[in-house]
Amino acid sequence: MTPLLDVKNLRVTFPTRQGEFEAVRGVSFTLGKERLGIVGESGSGKSMTGRAILRLIRPPGRVEADKMELHGRDLLSMSEKEMQGVRGQKISMVMQDPKFSLNPVMTIADQIMEIYRFHTGAGKKAAWAKAIEMLEAVSIRDPERVMRSYPHEMSGGMGQRIMIAMMLVTEPEILIADEPTSALDVSVQTQVLSIIDRLVRERGMGLIFISHDLKLVSSFCDRVLIMYAGRVVEVCEADKLDQATHPYTRGLLGSLPDIREPKDRLEVLKRDETWRIAESVSGRT
Amino acid sequence: MSHIHIENLNVWFGDGADRVDAVKNATFDVPSGASFGLVGESGSGKSTILRAMMGLAPTWSGTIQVGDFKLGKKRPKEFYKDVQMVFQDPYASLHPRHSVDQVLGETLSLHGFKDIDNRIMKLLDDVGLGPAFRFRYPHQLSGGQRQRVAIARALAPEPSVILLDEPTSALDVSVQAEVLNLLSDLREEHKLTYLMVSHNLAVVAHMCDATAVMQNGEIVEVMTVEDMRAMNPKHPYTKHLLDSSFGYNPNAAQSA
Ligand SMILES: Nc1ncnc2c1ncn2[C@@H]1O[C@H](COP(=O)(O)OP(=O)(O)OP(=O)(O)O)[C@@H](O)[C@H]1O
Ligand SMILES: Nc1ncnc2c1ncn2[C@@H]1O[C@H](COP(=O)(O)OP(=O)(O)OP(=O)(O)O)[C@@H](O)[C@H]1O
Ligand SMILES: [Mg+2]
Ligand SMILES: [Mg+2]
Repeated sequence: MTPLLDVKNLRVTFPTRQGEFEAVRGVSFTLGKERLGIVGESGSGKSMTGRAILRLIRPPGRVEADKMELHGRDLLSMSEKEMQGVRGQKISMVMQDPKFSLNPVMTIADQIMEIYRFHTGAGKKAAWAKAIEMLEAVSIRDPERVMRSYPHEMSGGMGQRIMIAMMLVTEPEILIADEPTSALDVSVQTQVLSIIDRLVRERGMGLIFISHDLKLVSSFCDRVLIMYAGRVVEVCEADKLDQATHPYTRGLLGSLPDIREPKDRLEVLKRDETWRIAESVSGRT
Repeated sequence: MSHIHIENLNVWFGDGADRVDAVKNATFDVPSGASFGLVGESGSGKSTILRAMMGLAPTWSGTIQVGDFKLGKKRPKEFYKDVQMVFQDPYASLHPRHSVDQVLGETLSLHGFKDIDNRIMKLLDDVGLGPAFRFRYPHQLSGGQRQRVAIARALAPEPSVILLDEPTSALDVSVQAEVLNLLSDLREEHKLTYLMVSHNLAVVAHMCDATAVMQNGEIVEVMTVEDMRAMNPKHPYTKHLLDSSFGYNPNAAQSA
């Protein structure tokens, strides 16, 4: 069976003053109708991997891969016009920074309705109703007020949920969610994840879930890629993340504070040069 | 002695049908040199409390006292040196066309420091960014790297109070550990007082002596770290938060 997404040897390169910088160095994975987590330290290339799939790396940055296919269709050779049909319609991405991605001079209503109408051709009234429904689904307390508001009038977590609502109205086949719940309290986070979870289980959506929250990824996802310096150092079943063996993964797990076990100081990762050099582990199944 | 004293604080936006009462009758005290947490529902008014303290919320009533400053509409210049804030949103809070060097250099010269070059290097080192980052622009930094720049900027004027709005939610766990250790060290070294918003209860338990729990604009409970560790909440919402803090649990999603 062809997977939803097949990525082989993905590389993202930026020219800098100090020479070429490789943010992603040979990442390979497939995505089926599953919840695939990507974890790893800051700067390890998680967001660039997500953005590269949608070809959202701005020049002079470059995206290269031996293969990057959506249902067997080559994403790299598509025209910009074809890509626009893919973005939002087939693959949606919730960006790491919600407020940065929302239009500051448009009301929330206009933004959600525009996307919905663009993709479905629905009328204004239906779009309004759908937008309210989506905001309620992501546990927004007063959707009518929020619809009339501008992004700067929203709290951090509200902005994040509005982005999620916006990315889900089009019912994409694949959702790339980059730290989608990092600004949410744990209770609202649970609500939002349950919606995404339902889309995966009931509609067969594929999910790439990028997060720093190891506990969350291990309890929510099916598989996890662990990234370091642009490469995948380990792939594991999500619920076995606590048994991961790579010293880097162990280090990440060890640096978490725990409510019930107070410590004076948190453990800090000691990086090892060999992690950077080692070949990227494949997440293709 | 309390360094931060907040009493019956109300903050609202807009009027008429669109009036939002973002903070209702909030009261709490933070002793000098302590670290106090604010946790709670998204949209419950946590950031608004910090913004009101910084003079960034136009309409409020009640008492806000920080050190010797009892705050009214206008704040003395020294206040803006003594009280610093790290914003929730590391993307929006850094000017896109200012390099790291400019951000830190301008803050330092604004507050009258002379040895700017040395201080920039020291600040970068303090937040775990090497000299290689000095001339980068925000779009050349990852989310976590940007937040470290924001923390360096807050440290630059050598304040006595730092208001931290989700300081580590954009950071990976190992940098989070570094930043939290750093914040602990700085607090001890410089006798800093922290007021810290976070939705990560483990982080709050690690950093704070006491924490206010907010829901829908109100403080529903102030709990000590001991009560938090013992999972001993008084308010049902606090219990709900504590119960949900161990990862995704589909059953919790159905029950709520
Ligand atoms: N335009 C650019 N020019 C040079 N380097 C860049 C550029 N954009 C990103 N980078 C670098 O690419 C690397 C990977 O960035 P990416 O945003 O993918 O990290 P991340 O894993 O998502 O980190 P975080 O968890 O902090 O969001 C980082 O080291 C970053 O500094
Ligand atoms: N400038 C503004 N104009 C109108 N309403 C606002 C403004 N700023 C905040 N609000 C409203 O005030 C309420 C509290 O927002 P606040 O940002 O304090 O929440 P928060 O507790 O920090 O939430 P989060 O955890 O999601 O960041 C929200 O309902 C928000 O919509
Ligand atoms: Mg990122
Ligand atoms: Mg906030």
